[in-house]
Amino acid sequence: MAAVLTAPERAVRRRRTLAVLGVVTLAVVAAFLTVDVTGSWDYALQQRGRRLAAMAVVAVAVAVSTVLFQTVTNNRILTPEIMGFDRLFVLIQTVGVFLLGASTVTTADPRLRFAVEVVVLIGFGAVLYRSLFGRTERDVYVLVLLGVVLGSTFTSLTLLVSRLIDPNEFLTLQDLLFASFGSVDRQLLALSAVVVVLVTAGVWRLLPRLDVVALGRDTAVGLGVEHRRVVNRALLAVAVLVAVATALVGPITFLGLLVANLARQLLGTHRHAWVLPGAALLALLALAGGQLVLEQVFGFNSSLSVVVTFVGGIVFIALLIREPRQ
Amino acid sequence: MIEIESVTKAYGGVRVLDDVSLTIPTGGITSLIGANGAGKSTLLSVAARLLPADSGRVRVDGMDVATTPGPVLARRLAVLRQENAMSVRLTVRELVAFGRFPHSGGRLTREDHRLVDEAMAWFELGPLADRHLDQLSGGQRQRAYVAMVMCQGTDHVLLDEPLNNLDMRHAVQMMRMLRGMADELGRTVVLVVHDVNVASCYSDRIVAMREGQLVAEGPTDELMTPELLRKVFDVEVEVHELAGRRIGVPWS
Repeated sequence: MAAVLTAPERAVRRRRTLAVLGVVTLAVVAAFLTVDVTGSWDYALQQRGRRLAAMAVVAVAVAVSTVLFQTVTNNRILTPEIMGFDRLFVLIQTVGVFLLGASTVTTADPRLRFAVEVVVLIGFGAVLYRSLFGRTERDVYVLVLLGVVLGSTFTSLTLLVSRLIDPNEFLTLQDLLFASFGSVDRQLLALSAVVVVLVTAGVWRLLPRLDVVALGRDTAVGLGVEHRRVVNRALLAVAVLVAVATALVGPITFLGLLVANLARQLLGTHRHAWVLPGAALLALLALAGGQLVLEQVFGFNSSLSVVVTFVGGIVFIALLIREPRQ
Repeated sequence: MIEIESVTKAYGGVRVLDDVSLTIPTGGITSLIGANGAGKSTLLSVAARLLPADSGRVRVDGMDVATTPGPVLARRLAVLRQENAMSVRLTVRELVAFGRFPHSGGRLTREDHRLVDEAMAWFELGPLADRHLDQLSGGQRQRAYVAMVMCQGTDHVLLDEPLNNLDMRHAVQMMRMLRGMADELGRTVVLVVHDVNVASCYSDRIVAMREGQLVAEGPTDELMTPELLRKVFDVEVEVHELAGRRIGVPWS
């Protein structure tokens, strides 16, 4: 059993951990920007900077949405993806290619595509969450069940439609479905960044109340938190963040689960004011570091999600083994 | 003072609370007794606005619990449910400090810290302050939860089976602490208790329920009678006077 630390000792350690995490992330980001530049530095920095910005936007969106979702569901294993967001994204792409043809989809105005994707995903999330939450305590199980069922439905539909697609077009489709930071449109990136910043800022005021919501509904109500209102706002934020991140770069599963739990483990607290920055830094670290490994070690012969999931999974399991009760 | 006015609550057609009206006066300990499923916990939950009533209303110091803003009510009334499994991992100090949330909104002042220390001292949690809840025994954990509720500093404290999981020694200790909260700090304590003898020895008033209805209420001595206990529990109970206390013995 770990030694018992007093509250001030814990606070010092927490601050130090976050600072170290910040420095490590900065170092990896710097490496990502500068390693192996051949030719024009201006061009390389501009290209990599844009990718980095996309990563930062996605990192914040994924980290914040996962932590909030776990708080309001009082669960540390669920992520918003359980609701089938990524699979709905895949379905949208597949149906788009099927109905309009690969060339139409890939050459369409990226802003239009983005808008359609975001609207469908947010609409789906908002309807699902709002119809499910706030009735009784048990709703989280219904939510999980419905998520699993809908997810499989989306997957089945996707399979069905993709059988009907021309094989050549199917290849194009596959490219659309991998999370990619390489080809992000600049205007969309700016728009997403603004949305993510606004939503995160809006959520910030809720944080002390979310700390209480994490104790469970009854305790939160007993402590005077208007539980339902806080939960609804948090879920709306989750729907928007997940939709924007998925529409911007494609589905990134597992990253949220990983960084949310790692942040809590490393910082030894559940206070959102600490966990959210920690999780966001970890997410950026994982994305930039993963991309670096992908380029330098595997020479692009793999995908970012594979690297992130593989390395992150190992770290996660190691932490689980080290601290049994968590 | 807690005023309950013809409160009714049904689950799927079954009335768990059937037109219950009751006034719990300020001060002292009031125990809710009754068989399993009599509606004690439901009544407590409705009074603490954890559950909405189907009809009727509850007022605490004149404020309707259904319409009073949460933070306002949380400074008048604190509640602890039976099950308190949490998905977060907290130290005792962190848990108890949450009791100050209605006052501080999460930003503890020096005064809040003092009250947290005081509540922990009251429940003899000082040495455990920096331990995690999952490292404590059931009894210690229960004390930590009650300390959080006490730390909320409300005039009314509602506790659902606070003796759950406590052995004899810790049960007695807990009841003495609650007694102290009522006598020394002037809090109004309302308990759901399943052991009539605990109710008899430690409470000032008893509220007896059966099948969602109020059977009787009044000072403890008046209610600790074989007739009433038979009516409430459907069991023959002898009541003996032992060292000035009324003790019910059901195994006759």
